[in-house]
Amino acid sequence: MTTPTAVALEDAKVAFRLGDGRVYTAVEKAHLAVAQGEFVAIVGPTGCGKSTLLNVAAGLLKPAAGSVRIFDQPLAGLNRDAGYLFQADALFPWKTALDNVAIGLEVKGTPRTEALSQAQKWLTAVGLGAFANRYPHMLSGGQRKRVALAQVLIRDPKILLMDEPFGPLDAQTRQVMGNLLLDLWSADRKAVLFVTHDLEEAIALADRVVIMSAGPSSRIIGDWRVGLARPRDIFEVRLDKEFHALHREIWSVLKDEVMKGYAQSTQAAEVV
Amino acid sequence: MSRTTLFALQILVAVVGLVLWQVLSTVPVFGKILLPPFFFSNPLDVFSQIVKWFASGVIWKHLGITLAESILAFVIGSLGGVLVGFWFARQPLVAAVFDPYVKMVNALPRVVLAPIFALWLGLGIWSKVALGVTLVFFIVFFNVYQGVKEVSRTVLDNGRMLGMSERQLMQHVYWPSALSWMFSSLHTSVGFAVVGAVVGEYLGSAAGLGYLIQQAEGIFDVAGVFAGMFVLSAFVILIDFGVTLVERRLLVWRPAASDGRG
Repeated sequence: MTTPTAVALEDAKVAFRLGDGRVYTAVEKAHLAVAQGEFVAIVGPTGCGKSTLLNVAAGLLKPAAGSVRIFDQPLAGLNRDAGYLFQADALFPWKTALDNVAIGLEVKGTPRTEALSQAQKWLTAVGLGAFANRYPHMLSGGQRKRVALAQVLIRDPKILLMDEPFGPLDAQTRQVMGNLLLDLWSADRKAVLFVTHDLEEAIALADRVVIMSAGPSSRIIGDWRVGLARPRDIFEVRLDKEFHALHREIWSVLKDEVMKGYAQSTQAAEVV
Repeated sequence: MSRTTLFALQILVAVVGLVLWQVLSTVPVFGKILLPPFFFSNPLDVFSQIVKWFASGVIWKHLGITLAESILAFVIGSLGGVLVGFWFARQPLVAAVFDPYVKMVNALPRVVLAPIFALWLGLGIWSKVALGVTLVFFIVFFNVYQGVKEVSRTVLDNGRMLGMSERQLMQHVYWPSALSWMFSSLHTSVGFAVVGAVVGEYLGSAAGLGYLIQQAEGIFDVAGVFAGMFVLSAFVILIDFGVTLVERRLLVWRPAASDGRG
């Protein structure tokens, strides 16, 4: 028996119409499949359209060509099986941490008392049990990410989409959050699509690392399987020989794209 | 500086001001009174006028009327502003069509509407309420409109991804955002409600603080004018204090740094 495919992008192309009428192609012919229970990380240089690809999987963007299939069903509208962890702060600033987490259940019609007690459990699971009544602005960046993680996970989505979720955090907090994510993930192994620009983070977390070329019209140019044993500790795994070998191998490909992406972004700035 | 020192200094300013006023309006300097009593009255007369008003109880009726007008103007203006602001923000076409007219009406100095309102609604409280409403409405309207339009894209997407329907987005995202903008302009809109009421009264009425001031002015009772002004400022400060209390309760979720928006 083969494991079902949670997310399948088939030759997905994403294009935007610019203000002056030209069409900007962000992603060209992206072909990507995430199996159920698989943790896939997408890595690419800045501006390569990796977040765009994630928005397509979420149903927030419609591909200009190609198709998106979620559990073998074509995706129409928003992806209801997915939870999305945003890069920017996405918590509702007018709700307390507890209400922010509970809202995911409340919109489904769960009675409020039940939703609140579940939310309290999830806040405790992400280590914020004592911060339930804080508003987002009273929490640190890392704490807000924890709340956001609980907010997404409480709905028990089958697929997790993560857009550089730990990008704004400092290096130590990122590692702590990475371990927390792996802990929570290992409980029921959801399909994960994790976008990052940090290759080390990608290898440490994922089962597969997918590399995208520099934009515009970026494509998927590489796909590596990460054979590191689980459960992993992010601090430890970085000392592993296999980790280094893989990092060197992927970096040799990624480096060129990063330089290209950098050159393009500086050129673009000069034209403007 | 400690609180008591600060408070003492604040009191000192008032005392110096009042003493200067009293002295300059009663004691001649180089054979000349610098503040002629006819134009400037003096603090003692003003104070005794205020005491007389409160002792006889006349003032309560006028205060009550002005308060009622201000509250009505604030409530009606805010309701209208919230509803129309919401409607325009969610229906860009409607907003685009009405845009020039909204700008036109808002550009109009509202005082010129007072005679029209007096003609339409009579000299009772409703012509003052109407004037206050035209002032409050636009402040609340612009804030709510902005609040709904500037809801963070990410927060909105997050709401959608969490499974919110349009109605739930309204309830959990648009509405709180719009209200927060409205509350941040609470001081201004409450202030304008009072301005509308008092100016309306001043231009033609039978009761209220504006009426008291206008009557005193009509008989060159400068002490009465000043007394009315002092009562009015005390009245506004009290209302403002009330607004601060309400605001503190409603905007606990807002970081202090973003205060003063709107």
